[in-house]
Amino acid sequence: MIDKFRWYEKIGIYFGIFVFLFFIMGPFIEGFLVSLKPLSLLFSSPYHFWPENGSFDAYFTIWTTVPLLWRYMINGIFVAAVATIVALALIIPAAYALSRIEFPGRGAILSGFMFVNMFYGAVLIIPLYRLMRTFGVLNTYLAMIIPGVAFLLATGIWLLRAYLMRIPKELEEAAYVDGASRLYILRRIILPLAGPGVLVVAMYCFLTVYSQQFIFALTFNSKSEYMPLSVGLFAFFGRQEVAWNELMAASFVGVAPVLIVFVFLQRYLVAGLTAGAVKE
Amino acid sequence: MNSHRSNILFAWLLLLPALLYVLAIVAWPLAATVNLSFTDAALKKTVNWVGWDNYIKIFHAGFGTIIVRTFVWTFFSVLFKMIIGTCGALLLTIALPGRTIFRVLTLMPWIVPMAIGIFMWGWMYNGQFGMISGLLQRFGITDGPVAFLAYGSTAFWATIMTDVWIGTPMVTFYFLAAIQSIPKDLYEAAWVDGASRFYRFRRITLPLMVPAILTMSMISLISTFNSFDIIWILTHGGPSGETTTMIIDTYKTAIGSYKYGEGSARAVLVAICLGAFCFFYFRVINRLTAGGNK
Repeated sequence: MIDKFRWYEKIGIYFGIFVFLFFIMGPFIEGFLVSLKPLSLLFSSPYHFWPENGSFDAYFTIWTTVPLLWRYMINGIFVAAVATIVALALIIPAAYALSRIEFPGRGAILSGFMFVNMFYGAVLIIPLYRLMRTFGVLNTYLAMIIPGVAFLLATGIWLLRAYLMRIPKELEEAAYVDGASRLYILRRIILPLAGPGVLVVAMYCFLTVYSQQFIFALTFNSKSEYMPLSVGLFAFFGRQEVAWNELMAASFVGVAPVLIVFVFLQRYLVAGLTAGAVKE
Repeated sequence: MNSHRSNILFAWLLLLPALLYVLAIVAWPLAATVNLSFTDAALKKTVNWVGWDNYIKIFHAGFGTIIVRTFVWTFFSVLFKMIIGTCGALLLTIALPGRTIFRVLTLMPWIVPMAIGIFMWGWMYNGQFGMISGLLQRFGITDGPVAFLAYGSTAFWATIMTDVWIGTPMVTFYFLAAIQSIPKDLYEAAWVDGASRFYRFRRITLPLMVPAILTMSMISLISTFNSFDIIWILTHGGPSGETTTMIIDTYKTAIGSYKYGEGSARAVLVAICLGAFCFFYFRVINRLTAGGNK
């Protein structure tokens, strides 16, 4: 076996991990401490790192301060889930075609999808706004879902294609010889085998919409009953007199369901992002 | 397999929905943006064709500075992401107790909605009540409070740091994957030959990570160049325009001042700059990786 780490090396590694995680967790630690501090302590100088006489009060008062919190949480999950399902319905056939069938123009289409990734958000926002108005979907869930899906397709197709390329071709050739139709092969042979790959792409889609597509929800929807969590809380953060402790508490409560689910799914995410991503 | 032609037809049939979707939601608006950039469209009824006027106007308005600033901002953000991502990936690869929980924690900035994370950073940067300034004073590094977002130079680096934070999980996990795909026998062979740990890192891990680093820096470059939320929420491009990147400038012109025509011209320039840069970068990557594999 390869040489073991000596004790002082282990200390060094843990120290490195500590510094790295402090950078990653810093804002969350700060946010959590803020959520425990009473407002008077929050706005006092000098800075108090530790919340003296802190309490979880904010976690109970948020439900009256942010009356639509439940709604925001559900909206965020709903929009991301629908966008994921629509995106998968488009990604799976396209990725299959681009990975398993040889046809002229394949390379061009693949680079074309990569090219799509270069345009995002602010560059296309004016025509997209007009497009959403023409569709008559401004201030509905669809105004967030329709543009959201479009910006998932390119990366989704590339990720899933890389995964599908690893499934041996002999399997479908055997089924083909047995007289199975193409759709049957896709549905009964490829899809079950590609399950982990599809799961990763689904997680990628969900997280992208849930946590990164802020600009669409901000620009195309102004009704608070349709706002996802980030935009719903943004409206509060923007105000002059912000009850920071309550808003930090609302943030933590708001993301908790998704966070818990992804803690359980993280090993698929880790394994999936690693599969095919680097070496093909 | 049987007839070639029906295969091609089947492939296009499967691709069609995704292609149409992208054409409608990305390609069409893109064409509309280019078209708008040659007009004086704004909050008024009439729209006139003005030719290259918008583009000429932009360069008289000191757009050169903004382009340079955008590239500097992007360069440092991507550089820090690569360095921190590499360190993170190396640390999280090591099989020590607690590795799983460390990995889960690393994913956090990616799972939590960006806007919420950015607000927490905004509070940290606060000079009076924030953690960074507070701790700096506590340890006697600075005399008084430092309001990071109030001065151009500090705001510039503060927005970069937040962008690095948001991009780090993705980069770290991509590099983690790259490290895991390196065959273990390489290390064992080197170890048998008496190579030190640092030597193994320098002569095995690092060279084999190069393709991943090049690919990721490209992906990261595109998203960083287009980064909007962070600067918008933290500084709105201020103070006095010191954090205004091309995207922020575009949004300010188009959505903030309702100058759709001028804003579109700026959007087109964003696309051209990024496109040209990616094109050359891609060629460099191809040359480097083609050379490295031989």
